[in-house]
Amino acid sequence: MKLTLKIWRQKNADTKGKLVDYQIDGIEGDMSFLEMLDVLNEQLINKGEEPVAFDHDCREGICGTCSLYINGEAHGPDRLVTTCQLHMRMFNDGDTIHIEPFRATAFPVIKDLVVDRSSFDRIQHAGGFISVNTSGNTIDANAIPINKHDADTAFESATCIGCGACVASCKNSSAMLFVGAKVSQFALLPQGKIEATERVLNMVKQMDEEGFGNCTNTGACEVECPKGISLENIARLNREYLAAGLKG
Amino acid sequence: MALDSKIPEGPLADKWTNYKNNINLVNPANKRNIDVIVVGTGLAGGSAAATLAELGYNVKAFCFQDSPRRAHSIAAQGGINAAKNYQGDGDSTYRLFYDTVKGGDYRSREANVYRLAEVSANIIDQCVAQGVPFAREYGGLLDNRSFGGVLVSRTFYAAGQTGQQLLLGAYSAMNRQIGRGKIKMYNRHEMLDVVIVDGKARGIIARNLVTGEIERHSAHAVVLGTGGYGNVFFLSTNAMGSNVTAAWKAHKRGAFFANPCYTQIHPTCIPVSGDHQSKLTLMSESLRNDGRIWVPKNMEDVLAIREGKLKPTAIPEENRDYYLERRYPAFGNLVPRDVASRAAKERCDAGYGVNKTGEAVYLDFASAIERYGKEQATVRHLDVNDKALVKKLGQEVIREKYGNLFQMYEKIVDQDPYNTPMMIYPAVHYTMGGLWVDYNLMTNVPGLYAIGEANFSDHGANRLGASALMQGLADGYFVLPYTIGDYLSKDIRTGKIPTNTPEFDQAEKNVKDSLDHLINNKGTHSVDHFHKRLGKIMWNKCGMARNAQGLQEAIVEIAELRKEFWRDVRVPGTQNEYNEELAKAMRVADYLELGELFAKDALQREESAGGHFREEYQTEEGEALRRPEFQYVAAWEFKGEPKEAVLHKEELKYENIEVKERSYK
Repeated sequence: MKLTLKIWRQKNADTKGKLVDYQIDGIEGDMSFLEMLDVLNEQLINKGEEPVAFDHDCREGICGTCSLYINGEAHGPDRLVTTCQLHMRMFNDGDTIHIEPFRATAFPVIKDLVVDRSSFDRIQHAGGFISVNTSGNTIDANAIPINKHDADTAFESATCIGCGACVASCKNSSAMLFVGAKVSQFALLPQGKIEATERVLNMVKQMDEEGFGNCTNTGACEVECPKGISLENIARLNREYLAAGLKG
Repeated sequence: MALDSKIPEGPLADKWTNYKNNINLVNPANKRNIDVIVVGTGLAGGSAAATLAELGYNVKAFCFQDSPRRAHSIAAQGGINAAKNYQGDGDSTYRLFYDTVKGGDYRSREANVYRLAEVSANIIDQCVAQGVPFAREYGGLLDNRSFGGVLVSRTFYAAGQTGQQLLLGAYSAMNRQIGRGKIKMYNRHEMLDVVIVDGKARGIIARNLVTGEIERHSAHAVVLGTGGYGNVFFLSTNAMGSNVTAAWKAHKRGAFFANPCYTQIHPTCIPVSGDHQSKLTLMSESLRNDGRIWVPKNMEDVLAIREGKLKPTAIPEENRDYYLERRYPAFGNLVPRDVASRAAKERCDAGYGVNKTGEAVYLDFASAIERYGKEQATVRHLDVNDKALVKKLGQEVIREKYGNLFQMYEKIVDQDPYNTPMMIYPAVHYTMGGLWVDYNLMTNVPGLYAIGEANFSDHGANRLGASALMQGLADGYFVLPYTIGDYLSKDIRTGKIPTNTPEFDQAEKNVKDSLDHLINNKGTHSVDHFHKRLGKIMWNKCGMARNAQGLQEAIVEIAELRKEFWRDVRVPGTQNEYNEELAKAMRVADYLELGELFAKDALQREESAGGHFREEYQTEEGEALRRPEFQYVAAWEFKGEPKEAVLHKEELKYENIEVKERSYK
């Protein structure tokens, strides 16, 4: 496969970036999208040019490190995969592919396609936990039976990988899906209900302070989420927030 | 130097309790004056950082990823073992201990393993209290499954994302402490040296991977939870950034490196597809609960499959060789990983591999789908003879159990594993070797600790499935927080450790010299070029089967490659910026040293044990042949060059378990 790549190059946070064209040949359908970028980078290094910086680590779709806005979609055209699981068989010989970073005020660019998502961490510092010490001296794990449906739903929410595709896909750069997933996980479990009020208030407050936008229910986040985190999490977040507000 | 493992006296079952009753403690007010550095934020590092901060120490935690939540523990799939005996199937602390020592081919330390089994049950209690959503049964209680090398169901799980859920649990515990200011978190930082002052670990040199700045950090103790070194093979199931640098720098500062040749080659990974491949993807061992492994019996079928003329589903039962069930009837498809990997290699070497490269076997779910489908049809009062219905119902059960793994497989291979068997082949996955530690998890350098995969202590020559998560969390939540207190109790009057000392100057200079060299080298080949060549040497000569000649060649070849790397590597860009090539170059430089020690260790170990298979030492049936004179831990002391490393032996004593032939037949 022969491709034209239009890649966002930006030296650092303080300089302006632009799209730069690259031609690449010999790409096979079995390659992952990141392996295609590996091939490009190897060529750039051999030519004495600077390779394209992009975030990646596990390359099996679970760590949430990789990002990329590919042809106008977070993690590219395939569904329910991260960029590292996107394979070149999704593209055709002669295609032009636009590759940009995840864009949001709360995700400033570090270099090229690498962005700073520490705002997500700070939201978790504000309340993404159950306040239990790790002594091991808790009650037996089977002391509180949990309805299987609730446990499974909590698990589904907890499979969020924190990649930020929801924010990048949202016209408002809202982080409601990300926050909703964590709030839901704990709200659905008896262990998490105890602090539910403080948790949702603190996490939403931090989310607002970080500069994420509001949710206007377009649903783009759910469509682009590589883990299929559903909009129900946003609905639950709204309910929890409303209930917390009533409690004071 | 004699190695003192500091195993407490007394009966095995009482050692840990007695130990805890007799150690020195640090009072809460004094803990506030003590700093601890934790490098790595996976299950071991993350749980340790959270617990130490809860106890009151000032923790500085470091990870090279952009968030602690991304450490590679997140990719662990199948589960975590614990001796809860919720299934009432005969499990106990002793049995978990026994299975782990036997699974490790009698090359692990009894007291450490017993302690691990003892605290395992607490881990599950702890994680549930933290809101980890484990799989449950309809009655609301926790579900279990089986893993290789055991005859009970003691594995707790969260679909195929158990590592993710446990890591997010540890991450949440960290977040609570970061929010309180008790952990200062340094993301996108790589540790490049450990600083030793008066013989004690007192700090680290780290590089800020965003700005390139070199930083000095001091503490009263340094904990390494930096994972394993499987990426020395270039292709492995590890993350791209996983590296040995922290552990290797510790080794070069005096910490002994133990059993580097013990590597786990995991039997069920997606086969290599081409030269462009950057990493390998694991298909969880839990799949062997329901998947049956086979190759065709007849060579004509093998050839027809490779040419695309025959589909595996068209081969009748009698023409399939379920070779694990044939060779190991007692454990069948659930033999330990080392045994399953070698058996796959044996069939493929004999020519029965089922893909184009001849390096793949089938993992087939058809009989499980039928079994579950019939069960569901019976429960729902539907027609058990309706084949299409049974298949559909069975597939739904399989989807619920392993859905994410099947989706991963389909995306990579472009085949639907619900309707055709998976193709799998062994791949480098985990390293049992690591920094030598005593019972306190302290290396031989005072104040320098190694936990989780970074140490060597619990898995011997082969790790059982679902035991890595158990060990990581046991070390971080329940073991280190006690043992480090005993050490730090002597430091309550020390005061803050200054960083403006000659020791920090010298360590920083060392780091800067290496970075300068790499940036200014302007050679002709990229870092990956060298890393891939190293990987080929390792896989071909230090891989699933090793022999003296190959290992001797590897030692020479790796040393030559290392010289070539320093002479000819090209690292673009500058030091004072985000520069991934530079970060990679520093890691590969260390792999090029470790690889040589690895081969040297494999050469001296003239026996086969667990994941270490020396072709010269096998039984008539081709099984690993252990030799009693090698019942020791090989701990290597750095002496300037890997080939000069000096061997220290820690004899392993088995007082509570009979050392016998490890059989799964």
